[in-house]
Amino acid sequence: MPQPNAIVVEALSHRYGERTAVDGLSLTVEEGEVFVFLGPNGSGKTTLFRVLSTLIPIQSGRVEMLGHDLATQTNAVRNDLGVVFQAPSLDKKLTVSENLRHQGRLYGLAGQLLRQRTEEMLSAVGLSERAGDIVETLSGGMRRRVELAKGLLHNPSLLLLDEPSTGLDPGSRADLWRYLHTIRERDGVTIVLTTHLLEEAERADRIAIMDKGRLAALDTPTALRASVGGDSILLQSGDPAALAAAVNERWSCNAAVIGGAVRLEQPDGHEWVSRLATAFPNEIDSITLGKPTLEDVFIDRTGHRFFGDQS
Amino acid sequence: MSSVPSNANASTFPAWPVVFTLAQREVVRFLRQRNRVFGAVGQPVIFWLLFSEGLKPNDLDYGHFFPGTLVMILLFTAIFATISVIEDRREGFLQSVLVAPAPRWAMVLGKILGGATLAMLQALVFLALGWVTLGMQSGPLELIAGVLLMLVIAVALTGLGFVLAWRMDSTQGFHAIMSVFLLPMWLLSGAFFPAGGSGWLAWVVRLNPLTYGVAGLRRLVRVGEPAVVDTLPSLAVCWVVSLAFAAVLLAASWKIAETRSTGDLL
Repeated sequence: MPQPNAIVVEALSHRYGERTAVDGLSLTVEEGEVFVFLGPNGSGKTTLFRVLSTLIPIQSGRVEMLGHDLATQTNAVRNDLGVVFQAPSLDKKLTVSENLRHQGRLYGLAGQLLRQRTEEMLSAVGLSERAGDIVETLSGGMRRRVELAKGLLHNPSLLLLDEPSTGLDPGSRADLWRYLHTIRERDGVTIVLTTHLLEEAERADRIAIMDKGRLAALDTPTALRASVGGDSILLQSGDPAALAAAVNERWSCNAAVIGGAVRLEQPDGHEWVSRLATAFPNEIDSITLGKPTLEDVFIDRTGHRFFGDQS
Repeated sequence: MSSVPSNANASTFPAWPVVFTLAQREVVRFLRQRNRVFGAVGQPVIFWLLFSEGLKPNDLDYGHFFPGTLVMILLFTAIFATISVIEDRREGFLQSVLVAPAPRWAMVLGKILGGATLAMLQALVFLALGWVTLGMQSGPLELIAGVLLMLVIAVALTGLGFVLAWRMDSTQGFHAIMSVFLLPMWLLSGAFFPAGGSGWLAWVVRLNPLTYGVAGLRRLVRVGEPAVVDTLPSLAVCWVVSLAFAAVLLAASWKIAETRSTGDLL
């Protein structure tokens, strides 16, 4: 029996006036996966998040979540979906437990069950002691944990998180990931999140790399890295364009100027380092050799750097 | 981990707890903001004193301004309570309400009932103040009817605030609406000027639904000097117009909030 799908996106497009934010996106997220949408700002991942979280309606295309059609069975999806927004969604004037109580009622929880779930979630995020505190008095990291408790309060089978590491120090970030993996293992919760942090994406089972509203790549982190042709070699030079042209003329090896440096991918990178240094001793200021990173994957698939490189 | 029923659908969803919980939130938030409480009670009392003292030479007295001040309290509190929709949006609370399975009407009704409750609490404090200082001329049944009419007006005005605030992205914008629309609406409701007269202003007063709220309260809640009620619309008309006013704005609030759009985000 094939693995059931948590999310099926088919030819999804979304426009804001003239600007296309999501452009004909199709992909599938399997149940029980930790799935990351990775992309720089403006890649369309936030718009996609808004559509998947049911905040904005679908303009064109089709989305099925948890076996329900997102457009026609929105409430069935909402019942089983936990959402953690990037922007804070807590009422700062209320206490932690008041926030969770309101949230629970919005999801149809009440009475004993609601109290029990509130306690469970607060203890899971390590905030039982702060239940009676006004949210305003909590640190940013604690507020993020309350957000997480809020999103998981009704025991959803799919959790959507938008840039969950925003405002978290490295320690809290590690805690968050540990907890996300725990609920995935223990409760089989499918976890889908967006991020612009390359190192965060490494922790996912599969990564969808988004660029300009389209899917640039979709695979496991290991497979993505392996897909880049060998090692990545970076040359700094006073005149990168001329150097790239000269390198290509000599070996026709697809050297390209990316972000002010000449970049090429080749197997046996160490041999290329000596070859290049011997051939262009004066033109090259420095040579960097590295195993491919997700950024190399991104450059490879999109032809530009991760952080807004227009050159 | 406990199991949570996930088969709730639109027909079985416990919507009334949502209404209650969101209304309760409004009240708790209000009471936690001391300066809001103080301003809400203090400002109308100051207005009442100033108008009544200032216009005494024109035979308009504390008793005359009492119902108008009651309506002013309802108006200002209701409106300010719904401004919080704008804050909810900006501060993010609204986004988690919008993606919850709770029906939209319950969310709208919770917000409106919360605002109306705040308005009623303050209006009742002011009513008690008038009773103590000027004496109550109304009978108990009239008084109960008066309080009910206040509730209807409170719901109508909170609904009006909701409709105005829903699509708005800043509280500054709301203040503009306040001065060019809501304040004149109050001034032209018979709360300030004596009723009657002729010309276009009289027509504006007659077409203003709030006029009937003020007139109804003038008839039902008589504090101090008996008000001149001969020229006012009949009580039945006051009830019908006020109830219709509330019903239309409740429906409009529901309608406007039910339509999902990109504007839900900001």
